[in-house]
Amino acid sequence: MGRSVGGPILEVEGISLSFGGVVALQAVSLDAREHEIRAIIGPNGAGKSSLLNVINGFYHPQKGSVSFKGRKRRRVDPHEVAQQGIARTFQNIALFRGMTALDNLMTGRTLKMKSNFLHQVVYWGAARREELEHRAKVEEIIDFLEIQHIRRTPVGQLPYGLQKRVELGRALAAEPDLLLLDEPMAGMNIEEKQDMCRFILDVNDQFGTTIVLIEHDMSVVMDLSDRVAVLDYGRKIADGTPEEVRHHRAVIDAYLGVAH
Amino acid sequence: MTHLLYGIFIDPFVQMGTAPDLLVQTLWEGLVSGVLYALIALGFVLIFKASGVFNFAQGIMVVFSALTLVGLNENGMPAYLALALTIAVMLVLAFAVERVILRPLVNQPDIILFMATFGLTYFLIGLGELIFGGDPKVMISDQLQLPSGSYRIPIFGGYLQMQKIDVAAAIIASLMVAALAVLFNRTRIGRALRAVADSHKAALSVGISLEQIWVIVWFAAGVVALATGIMWGARSNVSFALEIIALKALPVLILGGFTSIPGAIIGGMIIGVGEKIGEFYWGPLLGSGIESWFAYVIALVFLLFRPQGLFGERIIERL
Repeated sequence: MGRSVGGPILEVEGISLSFGGVVALQAVSLDAREHEIRAIIGPNGAGKSSLLNVINGFYHPQKGSVSFKGRKRRRVDPHEVAQQGIARTFQNIALFRGMTALDNLMTGRTLKMKSNFLHQVVYWGAARREELEHRAKVEEIIDFLEIQHIRRTPVGQLPYGLQKRVELGRALAAEPDLLLLDEPMAGMNIEEKQDMCRFILDVNDQFGTTIVLIEHDMSVVMDLSDRVAVLDYGRKIADGTPEEVRHHRAVIDAYLGVAH
Repeated sequence: MTHLLYGIFIDPFVQMGTAPDLLVQTLWEGLVSGVLYALIALGFVLIFKASGVFNFAQGIMVVFSALTLVGLNENGMPAYLALALTIAVMLVLAFAVERVILRPLVNQPDIILFMATFGLTYFLIGLGELIFGGDPKVMISDQLQLPSGSYRIPIFGGYLQMQKIDVAAAIIASLMVAALAVLFNRTRIGRALRAVADSHKAALSVGISLEQIWVIVWFAAGVVALATGIMWGARSNVSFALEIIALKALPVLILGGFTSIPGAIIGGMIIGVGEKIGEFYWGPLLGSGIESWFAYVIALVFLLFRPQGLFGERIIERL
């Protein structure tokens, strides 16, 4: 393993979020350290995706704060969060369905591209050169994810497992410091899950990317993560290494129902 | 009865065969109005593709931009300066629409945004009348050095009469379509536009700013509207009646597909040529007036059998 876990890169403090009368998150705090794989688990409706959406800027919490790379941020929009170096995937795949896999990945590099619209009109040649550089980087990711054969296929036509992989590729194309994965293995068969686990570990190992992932499947998470936080009904009920969490009373109750 | 069948199925084709020069002339007339329909439809498609909003105000944007151009010139501004300033006005409009309409209504159902563009329509009508008055104006074709007069091309023993302004309109429309095709398919801004069209949240997550994209498409639609307004104004004149004709873009879109630029062009041509041919050859049978309803009947047939249009994407409702 070429990685060593560093200090906290992401700090979520006292987040409370509600939609009208429905409370999604209550005073949730957690952190993610540099280069670690951090999992958030919990039963359906526990608030996992809401928390990811808060980190990502889709939701604005009523209370609490999010700090990334030591900078506490006020109300921000998702595209600004992306600029800070956070990329993500979605629980229900959100790809650009009409575009090819390659174009989807190129879109992931939006923020890495320096030349703007006007620039592009005036300096056509320079813009083309820049495009080629980005293309080379995207090809690396395509090799890494072993999706060479579907480069030119519109992603809407791809099977589910491959779509998930393209979506991961698009997030990686941004070369993020923090990668948020919302149920990366949901709906996959065993073989696809194993592939995805391998990719997640490799991303973390080779690029040093900090990964925060949400999962339903306990066994997957336990093998993959350095630390696991457990949410239930919008509250954090446990946090620690997989081993600690596995034996935590409240976690067992949340997953199996209370039967003392 | 046989007389009627003869009139429908045989006589028009006999006429086409015996006077091919008239047929060509009718085709040309059809193509010219088709180009103008296509230009309006193009404005709709741009905005619909990138924001999923059906912009009812596209028609009035055509009128408003042409009025601004003529009005500025009437108040003593040189034609080209007025043109540049009108383009600037369309840019300001794009920013204003994004800030005042789209941003507060983001994530609202499509019908809400559609209704908002209704509001925009009436706002622009009011503003246009307030500033420039409600009287029809004459397009400043000469000052803009648009060609006038016509070509007479001998053909099949007769003549094909082509207004130079129509030829110019066709050329300018082709150039604009080519430019937009390059913009959409060959540039990264185009990739971002297509990305926004496919999925708002995914586009946001890769760092595309919706606000910026919306300003760009509304500005592009505004420039298309201005070009349409100049061409159309040069053929008739600039008045709010244009807005009614702009509704013809609706059947064009149904025919071509709401998301397809080639669809808008080809749809426009089919409607334009279809209604002129229909009027000329079958019109007398039905007491003429085919031109005013032909497009809508075609659209109805398409809605029944191919609702996505010729080139549109199959619409799958997002939840």
